[in-house]
Amino acid sequence: MAAESLEQIKERVEAAVPGASLTLVPNPGPAAQDSLVLDHAHAVEVATFLRDDPELRFDYCSNVTGVDWLDRVEKRKVRVMRVVEGEEREISEMQEERSAGYLEAVYHLYSMEKKHGPIVVRLRTEGRPGLPELPTLPSLTPVWRAAEFQEREIYDLFGINFDGHPDQRRILMWDEFEDHPMRKDYSPPDDYEYEPTPHDAVLERAKENLSRRPDKDGCESIV
Amino acid sequence: MISMNDTMPPPEGMTSKLEGDILEVSMGPQHPSTHGVFRMNVAVDGEIVVKLKPVFGYLHRNHEKIGENVTYLSSMPYTDRLDYFCSMTNNWAYALTVEKLAGLEVPERAEYLRVILAELTRLQNHASGVGFLISDMGAWGTPLMYAFREREKLLDLFEALAGSRMMCNFMRFGGLRCDAPPGWLDRVRKLVAEFPAFIDEFEALLAGNEILMARSYGIGVVSPELAVSAGISGPMLRASGVNYDIRKVDGYGLYPQLKFRVPLGDHGDCADRMMIRILEMRESIAILNQVLEDVPEGPILDPKSKPRNFKPPEGEAYGRIEAPKGELGFYLISDKKAEPYRYRVRPPSFINLTVLEDMCLGHTIADVMVILGSVDIVLGEVDR
Amino acid sequence: MDETPKTDTMDATPNIDEGLLSEMKKRGVFVTSMQELYNWGRKNSLWPLQFGLACCAIEMIAAAASRYDLARFGGEVFRPSPRQADLMIVAGTVTKKMAPQVVRLYNQMPDPKYVIAMGACAISGGPFKEGYNVLKGIDRYIPVDVYIPGCPPRPEAMLDAFMELQRKIAEQKLVGDDKSPHLDDAQPSEYPVPEFGARDLEPPMNTDIYTPPLAEREE
Repeated sequence: MAAESLEQIKERVEAAVPGASLTLVPNPGPAAQDSLVLDHAHAVEVATFLRDDPELRFDYCSNVTGVDWLDRVEKRKVRVMRVVEGEEREISEMQEERSAGYLEAVYHLYSMEKKHGPIVVRLRTEGRPGLPELPTLPSLTPVWRAAEFQEREIYDLFGINFDGHPDQRRILMWDEFEDHPMRKDYSPPDDYEYEPTPHDAVLERAKENLSRRPDKDGCESIV
Repeated sequence: MISMNDTMPPPEGMTSKLEGDILEVSMGPQHPSTHGVFRMNVAVDGEIVVKLKPVFGYLHRNHEKIGENVTYLSSMPYTDRLDYFCSMTNNWAYALTVEKLAGLEVPERAEYLRVILAELTRLQNHASGVGFLISDMGAWGTPLMYAFREREKLLDLFEALAGSRMMCNFMRFGGLRCDAPPGWLDRVRKLVAEFPAFIDEFEALLAGNEILMARSYGIGVVSPELAVSAGISGPMLRASGVNYDIRKVDGYGLYPQLKFRVPLGDHGDCADRMMIRILEMRESIAILNQVLEDVPEGPILDPKSKPRNFKPPEGEAYGRIEAPKGELGFYLISDKKAEPYRYRVRPPSFINLTVLEDMCLGHTIADVMVILGSVDIVLGEVDR
Repeated sequence: MDETPKTDTMDATPNIDEGLLSEMKKRGVFVTSMQELYNWGRKNSLWPLQFGLACCAIEMIAAAASRYDLARFGGEVFRPSPRQADLMIVAGTVTKKMAPQVVRLYNQMPDPKYVIAMGACAISGGPFKEGYNVLKGIDRYIPVDVYIPGCPPRPEAMLDAFMELQRKIAEQKLVGDDKSPHLDDAQPSEYPVPEFGARDLEPPMNTDIYTPPLAEREE
């Protein structure tokens, strides 16, 4: 937990780096680790400020990871005023909210000097173009060396191009591989063949040898 | 008879001085010393390393993709297979993160047992790590046999408790899977009483050994600034002199109530990393002695936790522990379903390798194996 | 004589009475057959290739360590070079990135060579079967002699597999139609190495030696 709250950090960052716009994303749930979304143009400056500011000193980038959000449709029940049978009444109807998909890179930062943290920083892409076109994000490797291999992994598995990365190439898959497997719409090559499990053999024998007891088994046949 | 003697003129067409090129060697993926299937493309000028690029992915088993397709509890056996030496601490890191995500609390007896298991794991991991390092230096397996002798005793304890030697799958969200059988704690006390004799024997064999000293002093130095910037954690970070131990900083589990020291190194070279591990073994014994004094009776699972149909509330959480190799963290995003939306492992060994090239430049190719051994990697964690 | 000797002259110990054999042994005369002698030498001095991939490798090392001593079975000398080994214990998950390397190592081993697939991952992909980078069993590309189930198998299972392999070697024949593959010129001793494709390995399996089980399921 940082000594300052996330709102205070956001204000100080916006004051120190002119032009930067940060968005605070609250985190529902008991963990209460809210995060800040940075804009692409000032991401490196904001990161440098977070690392070098004497009060914050977030010098340890612990975890860099990618997340894939597909286009989402959220259905909600909303109470609206509608004209029903000539009368204006409040009824509830389903409303759809469409949010466009995007990919994001999430950074968890700690401070080794001040022994506080974590704060969570996010970089979101503009939309989610279809392969082979890759979205671009600024790389924070010049700020924290720890991001080097992890951003390469995000490039490899999620297909995000990091602008300014010193050595962007595939790290876990072979170089001739053309997919980005951790994306939600990846379909693996079809070689996961069916194998009869021991359970299937047991069921076969049970079907042949045992009589049915629908009152005990709760169903008509032993299948 | 041709000789490269300067007094004799060389035969026609042959120069008297060898002019060589840079040679590119691929060390791995099958190599007697690479701790698993790890490959390093090394460019050497004679014997001096000029460039080193590690190649990963030979054990990439897409653990994270599987984590998105199975339930939270079903991922627990897969965490055993990350750092396959230390299955208990992997389980604890994951259980801790899910407890953060879902807001579960752990009863006291479970906390005591978790600390006992984690420190026993640290003992056998550091012993094996140093054993592998010395075996890489050419000791042909004898120190490794000593370390494995002790490891077998610890594995007997794990087997009596969890049913399996290595892949224990023992922690649950909100506690443990089952309670310790009667007499188990006494067996642990007996082992902890006998272990310091092994550490003394091990240290006596190592500390004064001339070959070890020559091969590890001043090799693979990491400065503290580089270590912090590159995200190094664990014994490697503390060997460079940075005082950051997650057991003290975050204070998870029972650690805030325990008294133990954090050994720090001065130079950040291979010798420091090796000695830090031995000193940490002694601190683990001190922790175990404190914890084993009186382990309270009580439940071992949070009554609020539901083993079946576990659907944590929406949100995300990042939890981390001080695993024997470094900071092991898990990042989970939940969308109210039974499977996580995003399941991420923050692997210490992978990130500790960021500075491998920096450490190896300028050293000979034989030192590369010593440096790699001192980082103490496990490929299951590097590649996941 | 250019004729191939008949099978039964090279077979198991010729039909001599047991009592006579033990009498002769007492007097220091040992009667055996070429095949038995040849196989006895080979099975008791198997040199494994030092080749651990993943978690099963630790149990393999534990099997070779002091408690579950593998040296008593002759498998003590783990050679780092495939040219000097005759047993490859594939211990751990074989990923698609590693598969060409495994096949290449197998090709570099001299005949007679044996493969033990240790652990569920080497047999069929194991717990990581739904993996875009996991090879669903090493027997897709190279022939396997002994399979050890388990995840990881205990060191005792490793010793049992070693003994099973020794029994298999003891039964290998030197001549005849069913002679052991390393003496048969018609059998290949090197297998094609798969290449990295855009989505998968090419070919995904070696159809000469592996057919996947049929996907017939009752609805």
